[in-house]
Amino acid sequence: MNRIDATFKSLKKQRRKAFMPFIAAGDPGLEATAAILRAIQARGVADLVELGVPYSDPIADGPVIQASYQRALAAGVTPQGILDLVGRLRSEGLALPVCLMVSYALVYRPGVEDFVARAAAAGIDGLIVPDLPADEAEPLAAALAERGLAYVPLIAPTTSAARRQQIVARATGFIYCISVAGITGERTALPAQLADYVKGIKKAARVPVCVGFGVSRPEHVEAVAQVADGAIVGSAIVHRIADHSADPPEKIAQVVADFCAELAAPLRR
Amino acid sequence: MAVETEITGRFGPYGGRYVPETLMAALEQLADAYVAARDDADFRNELDYLLKQFAGRPTRLYFARRLTDAWGGARVYLKREDLAHTGSHKINNTVGQGLLAVRMGKKRLIAETGAGQHGVATATAAALFGLECDIYMGTEDIRRQRLNVFRMQALGARVIGVGTGQRTLKDAINEAMRDWMASVETTHYCFGTTAGPHPFPTLVRDFQSVIGIEARQQIQKQEGCLPDAIVACVGGGSNAAGIFSAFLEDESVQLVGVEAGGKGLDTGRHAATLAAGRPGVLHGSFSYVLQDDAGQTLPVHSVSAGLDYPGVGPEHSYWKDSGRVRYTVATDEEALEAFCELSRLEGIIPALESAHAVVEARKMAPQMNSRQVVIVNLSGRGDKDAEEAARLLGDKIGKVIQA
Repeated sequence: MNRIDATFKSLKKQRRKAFMPFIAAGDPGLEATAAILRAIQARGVADLVELGVPYSDPIADGPVIQASYQRALAAGVTPQGILDLVGRLRSEGLALPVCLMVSYALVYRPGVEDFVARAAAAGIDGLIVPDLPADEAEPLAAALAERGLAYVPLIAPTTSAARRQQIVARATGFIYCISVAGITGERTALPAQLADYVKGIKKAARVPVCVGFGVSRPEHVEAVAQVADGAIVGSAIVHRIADHSADPPEKIAQVVADFCAELAAPLRR
Repeated sequence: MAVETEITGRFGPYGGRYVPETLMAALEQLADAYVAARDDADFRNELDYLLKQFAGRPTRLYFARRLTDAWGGARVYLKREDLAHTGSHKINNTVGQGLLAVRMGKKRLIAETGAGQHGVATATAAALFGLECDIYMGTEDIRRQRLNVFRMQALGARVIGVGTGQRTLKDAINEAMRDWMASVETTHYCFGTTAGPHPFPTLVRDFQSVIGIEARQQIQKQEGCLPDAIVACVGGGSNAAGIFSAFLEDESVQLVGVEAGGKGLDTGRHAATLAAGRPGVLHGSFSYVLQDDAGQTLPVHSVSAGLDYPGVGPEHSYWKDSGRVRYTVATDEEALEAFCELSRLEGIIPALESAHAVVEARKMAPQMNSRQVVIVNLSGRGDKDAEEAARLLGDKIGKVIQA
């Protein structure tokens, strides 16, 4: 069974919700990313991890993740370098489910099947492609299915009921529910209508539903967990990594793990 | 082909919609609104009226006698889009999209701009229709196209400088897309070229097709025949698609697109997407793109801010593969020479973008005979480039003589 499915199954048994940090891979270097993943697993502060693959033109991302991608690209980080890192960590015993958040430009360039084959070989469990709407996703969904990887589609507040039906039908692993119309980034409050919107998706979905974009504080995680199966925190974590980018990898890893523990605390009570 | 692209947004394998889910509803709404508007006589009449009385159409098809004599070959005609209101062909598209925005009940226009011509044209449409307007522009382009920044501000638009990436057109599109992600309910993204996600490539081509429709009638009236060749510059490709679209079925008419060769293709410092790129995904569509082996967008360079872009419209990719259009390049240096030559021989200062098309016509005309006709789409005027051209040309343009 795919690690994502196994994790959600086990969480359901424990009547717990998932906490999923997003880490921009390779910022401030691949060794920092490795240290962060090791620390997160060792401390047991996350249920799944989302790894962002740096891209030159990420149109769904706000300034924090853009800047993080720019630093990683400037340091020479490549998609294959990230896959190699995950492969190495798997052989060291990394057991957390890992999803890649990756722009379609990077998946298409080497070829969809080639990219998916290399991701599978590295021990990646699923792909989230933020600029690939369901209408264009069939080749990718098929390639992922063939390798047993999850095809994690996104649903936005602007998605019509008809589109939502089409999207949930193809989803595997989980569904990424975008909390608010807009780009990634920390926000002070979650939208008031979030609960109804997520409930609508939950009703239609056959796989777990996780909420991201703007989720940045423990109280947001708690609120999201009331209605969804998991909470995704990105920019708030990436921001802290940026603040500590001059520190050694172990120090950065400790900062991230501490913050993840704080964010996930409402789910562990 | 037209019917197929309306439904699928595909030109052969190219086109499509590669955007965040958040934008899909707006793109579907826009495609529906466009198809409904196009078939609506009231919309057509209002657009025709504004193109005529506001934008100054039809633009003239001018026989360039001195260029023809100097080049010694084909008869050279200039399609004078530089004489359209705001100084370029961009107004054709923004008046159309502005009308659509009003029909959709949107209160605000946003746009990207490189050379500033599309930004000025969008700001103009916003003023015309009483809409709010924000224009995204790379800070490098703000430096080299300062006149247009002032024009946009005078028209009531806010100009938002984009300091990420290479600080040029590509980065301005990224920021405009990000704005639209959050403002999509109330804002129309007035995209400036025949690139981007469906329906923009189709919609912008259709709004620009007036150039070709006019040119076809004009040349038949003035020369009694179709032209032998049409030359247009290609960045995203809107002026070229606009003039080419009326001649696609006329096999005798050679269509030539000219990309920005920058410092030369072998230097890697250019923006010649069709000449040096490969099919890939950028800014919402599948088309030729300048990318590295991993799919990261490559840095580009052109003296002309409007051509300084690592992508190109998907229909151009289709025309390249099918062989219907021949694509070539002109370098910065050649474009600057053509900028001077057209100014001195015809009294017309072209935009640096359009000067790229003049370069290729200058190469082609001497190979043709004096009964043959070549039309250059003079997509814009060069006032905006005066400062940057003066900086690059230095004393070559002349010195002020003391009285």
